[in-house]
Amino acid sequence: MALALIVPALAVVTLFFVAPLAMSVVVAFRGKGGGITLEHFAKAFDYYSTDLLFTLAIVVLSTLLIGGVAIAIAGYLTLGGNARAVAILRWLYRWPLFIPFVVAGQVMRTFLAKNGMLNHVLIGSGLIEPLSAQSLLDWRGIVIAFVWKQAPFVTLLLAGAMASLETQHIEAARNLGARRLRVLVDIVLPQVRGTLLVGLVLSFVTMLSVLSVPLMINPNSPTMVTVDVAYRINTHGDYPVANALCILSLALSAIGAAFYLRHASRASTAAT
Amino acid sequence: MRPFTLPAPVTAIFRASVLAVLAFIIFGPLLNLLLWAFAERWYFPSKLPLEFGLTYWYRVFQPRGNALASLGASVWIALLTVAFSLLVAIPAGYALARMKLPWRGAILLLFLLPQAVPNLPVYVNIAQVFYQIGLNGTILGVVLVHASHGLVLAVWIASAAFASIDVSLEEASRNLGASAWTCFRTVTLPLATPGLIASAIFVFLESLDEFTGTYFVGVPDVTTLPLLMFNATMGGNYQISSITALLLLIPSIGFMLVVERFLKADVLAMVGR
Repeated sequence: MALALIVPALAVVTLFFVAPLAMSVVVAFRGKGGGITLEHFAKAFDYYSTDLLFTLAIVVLSTLLIGGVAIAIAGYLTLGGNARAVAILRWLYRWPLFIPFVVAGQVMRTFLAKNGMLNHVLIGSGLIEPLSAQSLLDWRGIVIAFVWKQAPFVTLLLAGAMASLETQHIEAARNLGARRLRVLVDIVLPQVRGTLLVGLVLSFVTMLSVLSVPLMINPNSPTMVTVDVAYRINTHGDYPVANALCILSLALSAIGAAFYLRHASRASTAAT
Repeated sequence: MRPFTLPAPVTAIFRASVLAVLAFIIFGPLLNLLLWAFAERWYFPSKLPLEFGLTYWYRVFQPRGNALASLGASVWIALLTVAFSLLVAIPAGYALARMKLPWRGAILLLFLLPQAVPNLPVYVNIAQVFYQIGLNGTILGVVLVHASHGLVLAVWIASAAFASIDVSLEEASRNLGASAWTCFRTVTLPLATPGLIASAIFVFLESLDEFTGTYFVGVPDVTTLPLLMFNATMGGNYQISSITALLLLIPSIGFMLVVERFLKADVLAMVGR
């Protein structure tokens, strides 16, 4: 009975997710005459090793920045002394939460352009000279779009976890004269590390497979692997190399998963 | 001994300027979008549009324009995706929450997979298979791709919604003679409704905003709003793409403002249990 209720859902996920994923592995490793080959991977490395490194660098940097922003905002929301500033911040930070990546890419494309609003404001406020204004539509644009879009999500998770902590430790430390930054680093953060890690790993994996943002902000080489996959398919119909690239980006996301599993196993040993 | 602290007005000014910079970072890009949506003409090196107007809005909303057709396709696909996902997710969520299930952990993990693994290889290969069986470029093909992804959220939230219901309410109705189906229909389902609405909204938004899957599977006949926006941006038509982006933002921001009404803490606490 229970199985009958769950079989349709299982079938959908298996047919339209697990099967294509398995197919990707098969196509990436299958030679022209059948048999297992690594030639597609050799070709993928040959053409796109720069882009693979570029992708890894962008996603790692974005993940670190997202973590920093989320800790800063969630930390202030939890420990901030000025009630009005906390209320404003709580209202402010979530706006990009549900904005789709494709829209984030579009708004950044105009905002960060050489003649975009960011440069106008920087020039207007005297922070930079008009001549030194430059377009940020390269790797920096991708990172900015990722952090802008993804940091509120991690902040939401993190602030929720911090809010459910016992306040006694925090208050005790504060009473003993500990400064807020110290309380955040020594008392609050160690208790919410798991939540932070889940949010960051989910963001890491999500950013690895976003196609629209790099396509709109920085479609030329060096660019992210997703753009290369789309190019191999749309221009060359080259499914083997596209799938080899996909497997390589799966391998990159496995790094993120490994981080998470190592933490999870350590946490469960600590709990027993 | 207290460490050195800054005088109060200095910290107040510092706090206000940090908040102001943050507000600019968050709202600046959105304000820029708004300006582009109402700009008639905007050339270098002008800081603001030279002329505001609604010409492009008329063009987007003209009866036979691409945008209205895309909006229609997007909403229709999202509604079908929600219907399909919930139809499959409600029984699965109920079984996961209430019944003894072999390999329950493994099944939950399998439902997590589409959120935890990069989706690109999946879309690429589904597109190839769908091409061979004639599903590429059809609404059904796009709905199936969106549903396989949205289903995950739907199953997890539905299962959490059912798990947060007090079992004794169901037992009371069974003891009074209600059949299992009547009990589910009149007790369990109504109590789970807020959570199910939340999952429906999530699935709807995800489908509405989905780009990569539609990009591969929808070509050449299905153009949703995100694809239309992308094409307009790449063609350098920033007005059209900004108006389309605004249309996409309305449901997203609307949901952000009401999410807590539907997704209550007791349901959130049961996610993944």
